[in-house]
Amino acid sequence: MSRRVGTEASFAIADAAKLADVDVVAAYPITPQTHIVERLSELVADGELDAEFVCVESEHSAMSACLGSSAAGARTFTATAGQGLELMHEVLYIAASSRLPIVMTVANRALSGPLNVWGDHSDVMAVRDCGWIQYFTENAQEVFDLTLCAFKIAEDPKVLFPVMVHLDGFHVSHVVEPLEELEQDDLDGFIPQIALPHPLDPNRPVSVGCFGPPVIYSECRKAQEEALRPTKETIVNVWKEFGDRFGRLYKPVETYRTEDAETLFVAMGSFTETARLAIDSLRDKGEKAGLIRLRLWRPFPFEEFRDAVSGAKNLIVFDRALSYGGPGGPVCCEIRSALYREKERPAIVNFIGGLGGRDITPQQFEDMYHRGREIIEKNLDIEYETIGVRE
Amino acid sequence: MGKKDFEMTWHDIEIGAIVTEAGNAAEYKTGDWRSQRPIFDKEKCVKCGICAKFCPEPCIVADDEGYFAADLYWCKGCGICAHECPKDAITIVQEEQ
Repeated sequence: MSRRVGTEASFAIADAAKLADVDVVAAYPITPQTHIVERLSELVADGELDAEFVCVESEHSAMSACLGSSAAGARTFTATAGQGLELMHEVLYIAASSRLPIVMTVANRALSGPLNVWGDHSDVMAVRDCGWIQYFTENAQEVFDLTLCAFKIAEDPKVLFPVMVHLDGFHVSHVVEPLEELEQDDLDGFIPQIALPHPLDPNRPVSVGCFGPPVIYSECRKAQEEALRPTKETIVNVWKEFGDRFGRLYKPVETYRTEDAETLFVAMGSFTETARLAIDSLRDKGEKAGLIRLRLWRPFPFEEFRDAVSGAKNLIVFDRALSYGGPGGPVCCEIRSALYREKERPAIVNFIGGLGGRDITPQQFEDMYHRGREIIEKNLDIEYETIGVRE
Repeated sequence: MGKKDFEMTWHDIEIGAIVTEAGNAAEYKTGDWRSQRPIFDKEKCVKCGICAKFCPEPCIVADDEGYFAADLYWCKGCGICAHECPKDAITIVQEEQ
């Protein structure tokens, strides 16, 4: 039976990994991810979780150890944040190209410098192209549920890709929230036994992570891309099965009060909760405002996104990262691209804020609403605006 | 392995570009990298085999009489054999010679 408890989101993630009965955890502690792996090391040390906890000397080693254990067919989990994700960078690509179903939580954190341990999405965006399945969560319940789903998705024979589950560092990771916690009996076969097609086995030798000269590299990359795109179907099916069984349904793109809305916000992660308060307030004042929560980031849910924005006049995209010297926020850049070929597309404005742990209030979302409409109505030549910065 | 690398389409790639056939690195013609090659002098060779032991490929093997020579399918022309030969029986020459 599920029960309602109060727990820190980080502990909920560790408990989800325990429920998934992980075999190997290889992780290096880094703020604001620390509580997740600290909790897992305690669970292993106390004999509550029968797993190998590998204390590695860096995040590069953490992901390398995960690569080896996953290739051997072990259910493998790790977690990191910010600079740690960057130190893993090159190995992330190898995990994806080797099709290893590693599950990793990323407690999103700003990148240095200046040195900053607080939340934003610059770490996520820097690993955008690494080939992992990636999705955002906005609170403890979502990250608990979607960590469980991540194992089922990653290990599905039609998928076999690593999965990154994002949550906002501190704003979610360190917050104690009510949680409908599931127990082992509830899961009852929700996550099947892991079975890789070619695990490392002395009796059936295979080579993983091989050399790919120019004559074969393009074919390998094409095969990887063609395999990643259709994983969306499995992701949707797993979330649907989870919803049917446990009553909480997740979708690649989720909407809030978008019916008859003229102006839509697009946001990811925990700030979508803040945005909802602003939407309610704007609606009370008669404004036709709504919200799109972009949950699935890779593979990008093009069809669902286009459906969600159809009919809207204005789109206000809120990014928590900046592509320096480029077109603005990385999410807005992708959304402009995704809508470019649409015959009727909304006007799009981009705000960047919430960097390095800076809070964004519901009032600031309302400010963005009015300023965004002003930019559109006056057709101002502005690539993006930064919200909440002292001029 | 059925198809050669240059015949394979992306549909033929094993999941994760995993290689399921052990030891297939031997199919890779590293001799293409070579700009120099070793010449073995039977007059000086004492059949000690040190060249074969140090060859990183390893592509130096003894013939029926016990004299050593490099298989140019794999030999990269690295020159380690010539460097290690205690009798200076191996000379590295430019390929065009």
